[in-house]
Amino acid sequence: MESTVTTGTEGRVWGGGNRPLGASYGKLMMWFFIVSDALTFSGFLASYGFSRFKFIETWPIADEVFTHVPFFHGNFPMYYVAFMTFILIMSSVTMVLAVDAGHRMMKNRVILYMFLTIIGGAIFVGSQAWEWATFIRGDYGAVETRGGRILQFVKADTGERAALADFAVSLPETREAHQSSKGLWFESEGSLPSYSLEEVAEGLRANPNILIRTEQLNEAGEKTVLNREESLQKIKDGRLVVEGANLIRNEYGSRLFADFFFFITGFHGFHVFSGVVINVIIFFNIILGTYERRGHYEMVEKVGLYWHFVDLVWVFVFTFFYLV
Amino acid sequence: MGHDHKLEIFRGLLKFKSNTQKIWGVLIFLSIVTAIEVALGITKPEFLTDNYFIGMKLLNWIFIILTLVKAYYIAWDFMHLRDEKASLRRAIVWTPVFLVAYLVFILLFEADYIYNVWKDGFMAWNF
Repeated sequence: MESTVTTGTEGRVWGGGNRPLGASYGKLMMWFFIVSDALTFSGFLASYGFSRFKFIETWPIADEVFTHVPFFHGNFPMYYVAFMTFILIMSSVTMVLAVDAGHRMMKNRVILYMFLTIIGGAIFVGSQAWEWATFIRGDYGAVETRGGRILQFVKADTGERAALADFAVSLPETREAHQSSKGLWFESEGSLPSYSLEEVAEGLRANPNILIRTEQLNEAGEKTVLNREESLQKIKDGRLVVEGANLIRNEYGSRLFADFFFFITGFHGFHVFSGVVINVIIFFNIILGTYERRGHYEMVEKVGLYWHFVDLVWVFVFTFFYLV
Repeated sequence: MGHDHKLEIFRGLLKFKSNTQKIWGVLIFLSIVTAIEVALGITKPEFLTDNYFIGMKLLNWIFIILTLVKAYYIAWDFMHLRDEKASLRRAIVWTPVFLVAYLVFILLFEADYIYNVWKDGFMAWNF
């Protein structure tokens, strides 16, 4: 523990050496940090709520966006996110066990539990990276209107989502992605979507089984599906083919949805990542016997607080981004 | 430094023999709560999605309450706030609770206002 200053003023309030909150300096500072960081995350989630309430009738449905599980094909809403939540809670548990073993000065147990905590954190960060990759790649594709709204496609007979590849025709077109080496050197262009707008529109006209689904939520809380005539009319508003997601537009719906996804889960993922790094540093300190020599494992307790905080934030992100 | 742990949860309803046991007990509880959340999120019972309480679906109320329950047990048992002095605990908990409640109240009301302006106003945005 920290050294106690003996100045002959014990018992007096301002004499120094007082610990009115019964916590050491380091632990208090960790709590200061956690409280301020909690407010940062609250700011993010509250502004997410702001944007969502603003576009309450057109906001994407999370269940329909996060439906993938690695190595499995099919529609599994929420399963993988729930798994990630469980992994993070589990690594929180091994962290408390490490703190507990530290209190009892059992070095080898602290090493084991810290190791398990790091593994859990690594699995979580990996899962989040996979979520991001899936989100960015997208799966069905959509068309953006001139108002910046997203039009998605469904099959009329089954009501399932239709991917662009299911119905778009291929037209003899000459449009190629612009390369600065072949044209204007000061202009660049990202990769073109797999289908041009005309190919998608022509596919829609040729395939009577395809209908357009707008962002608008109906009474039952589902996206509105237009009938055939309305669909043929609506496709004329199309301006752009959108596949996957980036910070400007995404195929899931409101542009802000992807922005908040990247910012909130990204900021949280960055916390988990730095938590893992700090845990690794502490892990090696434990192996080297630093805390054994110091006589206490309070450092494990402090990083433990940070680690649990990361878990705590995820509980809220999980609810407000994926469930509600 | 918290060597003596308070070993009861649910207001003394459940008492554990050791700190380690308490940790596993809390894990089981948190897992059950998460499982309930996911199950409700996938099945979406109509009774809970069709009924509203203060403008929000019952289902969403359940999600938010269960989240706060989970947050409570993470903070109290994993971050061992239960073993800290009451003054420290209150300073940590009530400061953000007050500020966040204030922020959420203001932002959500403002957002609802903007929603109405865009809905009833003369500016077209959904085209």
